[in-house]
Order: sequence, then structure tokens, then C-alpha cells
Amino acid sequence: MTDATTREGEARVADIRESMSEQVVSREVVVGMLQGLHARPADQLAREARKWQSRIELLSDSQRVDGKSILDVLTLAAEAGTRLIVEATGPDAREALEAIGSLFDRNFNDQENNESR
Amino acid sequence: MKFSDFVAADAIRSHVDARTKEGVIREMAQSLVDAGSIAAGDLESIVKAIMKREDLGSTGIGRGVAVPHTKHPSVSRLVGTVAVSHDGVNFESLDGEPVQLFFLLVSPPDRPGDHLRALENISRQLRDETFCRHLKSAKGPVDIQHLLEEADSHGVAS
Repeated sequence: MTDATTREGEARVADIRESMSEQVVSREVVVGMLQGLHARPADQLAREARKWQSRIELLSDSQRVDGKSILDVLTLAAEAGTRLIVEATGPDAREALEAIGSLFDRNFNDQENNESR
Repeated sequence: MKFSDFVAADAIRSHVDARTKEGVIREMAQSLVDAGSIAAGDLESIVKAIMKREDLGSTGIGRGVAVPHTKHPSVSRLVGTVAVSHDGVNFESLDGEPVQLFFLLVSPPDRPGDHLRALENISRQLRDETFCRHLKSAKGPVDIQHLLEEADSHGVAS
């Protein structure tokens, strides 16, 4: 094996390592649903979170919970207007955070929010 | 919020007979009627509302637990009850497992916070495997009531 191919091989390994490395990204979200983060959105959230390889956690003022567990998400008892931090850690953290963040931005497509009040 | 704040002790059932989702919901709602927590005249409308909510997505949240619920204008405060099915009922749960443990909630439409805090309490306690196991093996309503009281006071010791 020549020096050049060895270097190429090392570079490729480094690339793979880079892409596997633990990315940690986070953003703030606001619970916009009038009914708060109740069972149905908690279910949607956990389902979405489980699609990703990264660890997804939700942070409130007093708790840090597993976003892939409905039971965990429900223990936040997050009412309308609550601010939370979503944190994603892992190889697909950015994409995962974008997907989860978008659920909050769309109010989980909550029908009640779209009905006339 | 504690279990004692919303669980009608007289409506607790340790052996539900129903084998279907609607059957269990109806049996639990009937137990709330018998306990005087909801009016007999509202039974049908409450069962229908809970089933409508189930159509949006099962409240079978996994680990053999379901939390069927609805908002209903006939109640002025959150009322609920607990039931156990020893055989388990197909509730189209998220994890596909049959459900043995049911927490049914009926809340006033204008009190979303109370509903959230009841869900919080239920989910917090249910993360405790021991608590779930004891509930599922309860011999009678009094056993369940004692387990709920124990959870209310200091969590369940293993």
C-alpha cells in the first residue's frame, strides 16, 4: 500500500468518525396548544423522537426527561405557554431537533387550536 | 395532584369483565355513575366522547396501561377511576400489548391544567414497575385504593 492510499484511508476513517461523533444541539420551544402538552401531542412527540438514533431530551425548569417516552413527557405537565428546551445528542441530532422543533412550531397540528375559540 | 384528588374510591374495579375497548370504557363509566360521580343521563354521551377521543389515537400508552379520557361539560371537577383487567384487553396500544390497567378521566372543558396534572401524576407513578405490578395483581378494589394512597403519601416502596 502506498503512502497516498494509506492517507486516503485514514482520511476516510476520520470522516466516518466525524459523522458518528456525538453532536449536541438544542433549541427552545413553546407549548402553544391551549390544552398544554397532553396525551396526544406527547404520543406524537415520543413517536417522532423514536424515529431518530439520537437521544432526545426535554428540559423544563425542574426536570430533564426522555423525549422518546410518553410517560416521561407527560410528567412535565407542560401547560400552554410553557417554555422547554429540546436537546438532541447523537449522529442525527440536527435533523432530529428540526423535526421535533417543527412539531411544536405547528402546535402538533392540534385541531382545537385551529377551531374558533 | 394526588390520586385521591380525582379517583372516586367507590368506582374502583379490580376485575373488569369486558373484553373490548368500548366494553371497558362503558364498564368504568358505569362505575362512576354507580359511585355518584357522574349522572346516569350523561353516561352515553361520556362513553361516546371517550370513544371519539380514542379514534384520534389510542390512549394505550404502553406497559399495559391506558388512560381513556374526555372533557365533558357535565362535570364541574375532574373525576376518574381505576380498573384492572386480569386477562388484558386489546386497546390498540402504541406498543401493541394488551392493556390490564386503566385510568379513566372525565374533566371539565375549562380546566386543562387539572387534566395535565392528573396525567402527570399517573405517568410519574406508572414509571415505577413495582407499583404497576402490585396494581395488576390487586385482589380487590380496597387493595387498589391502598396502593393509590401509598403512592400519594410517599411513592410505593418495593
